[in-house]
Amino acid sequence: MALLCRATVLQTQTHLCTNAIVPLRNFSVSSPLQQIIKLSRLQVVDNSAIGRAAAISGRPAKCIHVYNKKGVGTLGDKILVAIKGQKKKAYIVGVKQKQKPFVPRFDSNNIVLVEESGMPTGTRIRVPIPSMLRGKEGDFTKILSIATKFI
Amino acid sequence: MNFSLFCSALVVPCRFSNTLATKLVERHRKSKLASHTREEAETKDTTVLTAPRDYKFVYPEFLPDPTWWKRDRIREKLEREDMMRRRSVIEIPEFYVGTVMAVESSDKYAPGKKNRFVGICIQRGGHGLRAGFTLRNVIDGQGVEVQYDLYNPTIIRLEVLKLEKRLDDELLYLRDAPQEYSTVPFDMEPVVLPPGIAVPINTMKVKLGPRPWHERWERQELKGVEDLGLPERFYKRAAEVAKPWQKHDLMRDYRLAINEDETEEIMTDVYGKMQGIETQQKLRRRQGPGPAK
Repeated sequence: MALLCRATVLQTQTHLCTNAIVPLRNFSVSSPLQQIIKLSRLQVVDNSAIGRAAAISGRPAKCIHVYNKKGVGTLGDKILVAIKGQKKKAYIVGVKQKQKPFVPRFDSNNIVLVEESGMPTGTRIRVPIPSMLRGKEGDFTKILSIATKFI
Repeated sequence: MNFSLFCSALVVPCRFSNTLATKLVERHRKSKLASHTREEAETKDTTVLTAPRDYKFVYPEFLPDPTWWKRDRIREKLEREDMMRRRSVIEIPEFYVGTVMAVESSDKYAPGKKNRFVGICIQRGGHGLRAGFTLRNVIDGQGVEVQYDLYNPTIIRLEVLKLEKRLDDELLYLRDAPQEYSTVPFDMEPVVLPPGIAVPINTMKVKLGPRPWHERWERQELKGVEDLGLPERFYKRAAEVAKPWQKHDLMRDYRLAINEDETEEIMTDVYGKMQGIETQQKLRRRQGPGPAK
């Protein structure tokens, strides 16, 4: 459906951390397509201490690898992020990019941090997550068990 | 594809070309089939119902895509029939951009196999069976938007919670506005309007948040937005790239819209069919909700 084919405009993702120090840059740091690629900034939505610390410090988690062949992360994909000087694995649970009908689109790119063993770092997810992710199997079910709301 | 090449090619079927060979027209005029259809049309005119003037705003999705090379009258008619068939099964209420709506759709992963989303309609568009709309809401401090296909069979129920219009055709600027402008509670009670009243227009002006924004709102003629408070250079540039002559371009209007005669023809067709569907729906409402499917 050609409902939403509008030109997207270059936009920084600094508003992810509105209450934090906004880095002053006079160039855009995200692509117009709003894809999750290497160097994209992401918002941690679980209640882990490291996620909160990163948001407060004004340097949100940065994607440094996407574990698929395309190199572009979408809902349910696993990625590697750099956060507070550490490397952490994470799952994408909400994206900003335009979605198909019946799939929710969020105002920010949301991730949930996981340990090497596949266990989530936090114990609760603070925002709703897309219902279609409930069809995922394997390690992703551990993420679903800490979710509070599905839409 | 190169457009001039496309038109000049001799293989273009007459459906896609904007000119017809004189020979073809003459042959059609003399054909027995043509005279037959003319007679039929003349007799039909006496019994025809005329649709109310606002019908094209109430049911905009019945108007086909005005792009001339995409048009196909037979497909449009078949699609309209399919849409009517869907409307006889599910009640698709009148709604506009700015209306607060609830959509219940089937979701194979949900415990009750159903998913309900409530939000404000920020965009409506598409033609025929591919028509759709977008709902926006803020849940747990997170802005969420869901796009829906109006005629998708997985939709169980469409409910209008608060019927109203806004000053703009699209409310995409709510993405850059503070969250309270797009927050709607999920347990909202439907607001009942007195019968026979015109659809109320909400003249609220939205105060946008600071830049950066998703779009350059100062370059669009938005009525539902408060003064943007930008430095002078933004408005200067907006004036430079503005196209104020476009609103006087009659040919452009003609190209971008279905003409009046055809609109009337389509809306009359829709009106005739909607009468039957509305009486059916009234009967069903009086009988009360049936067993859940």
